[in-house]
Amino acid sequence: MTGRLLSRGMIAGIAAALLAFVFARFFGEPQVNLAIAFESAKDLAAGEPPEPEIISRSIQASFGLLTAAVMYGAAYGGIFATIFAFAYGRVGRFSPRALSALLAAAAFVVFVLVPDLKYAPNPPAVGLPSTIGLRTGAYFGMIALSLCAAAASYMVSRPLIRRLGHWNGVLASLGVFIILVAAVQAGMPDINEVPTDFPATVLWRFREAALGMQIVLWATIGLLFGPLASRVLTAGADKPFARNG
Amino acid sequence: MSQSLSPSHLPASIAAPVALPIRTLLPWAAFTVVLSLLLLYFVGAEQGATSLISGHAVHEFVHDGRHLLGFPCH
Ligand SMILES: [Zn+2]
Repeated sequence: MTGRLLSRGMIAGIAAALLAFVFARFFGEPQVNLAIAFESAKDLAAGEPPEPEIISRSIQASFGLLTAAVMYGAAYGGIFATIFAFAYGRVGRFSPRALSALLAAAAFVVFVLVPDLKYAPNPPAVGLPSTIGLRTGAYFGMIALSLCAAAASYMVSRPLIRRLGHWNGVLASLGVFIILVAAVQAGMPDINEVPTDFPATVLWRFREAALGMQIVLWATIGLLFGPLASRVLTAGADKPFARNG
Repeated sequence: MSQSLSPSHLPASIAAPVALPIRTLLPWAAFTVVLSLLLLYFVGAEQGATSLISGHAVHEFVHDGRHLLGFPCH
């Protein structure tokens, strides 16, 4: 049953990725192309030869983007289903659908929104090649620390709920999460490598599209995985297994 | 309240949620997390900060996705 639940997570993630790909194709790609045009114009003005293409731009913007989105969706779908499998029956008394929707919203905040607030997605032409190591480490580190902050606020939520009641206890533990995230983000290095003449509208539209793509992805995972999980869980309900084991 | 009844007296769909036992979860969870991290590594970091496969083909193929999904690139 656990294996079937986790495979449903990956299926939901892949289906979500297909929708996110369509969104990115319409709203993200035009901004990527504008950023690449800016980069090429700059290279030309500096007298540098254009970067050689191993994979054509049209492949990168279609099959490449689709492949990346599906791998990302399958990965986070699996991670999401794992969290769901631990939370179901342990965190509140939510039905599979309600728990799936709630966890997807939380996962979006923890895995996407919090890291992006510190290290926002950047289009091509933004970012120095020499700092790719630092930027990659900082970005993955931010995701890990965001997850740690969420785990810590979950752990303090139980005593807080016992002391303050359900509503205030949940609010207080959300407050703990915000304080931890603010402290971590203040301590992490700032990275600003946007060229001074880079068009602000392209940067803003690109980031809107990147965030929109993630909202499509996580909303679909949250709404699709619930019914899929519900069927797996109720189909196995007549089989004996340990309670709260 | 329905919670006071034993689950066997109720249709499965309205029974209180029953947690999956941790012991059966752990191996599956470990497998899924390792597989997922591997996928995220290839989308987000291969031939960027670090390289397992030489060249730039992987980087270029997932390039637009890497940017739009928020990973550092270039
Ligand atoms: Zn790039």
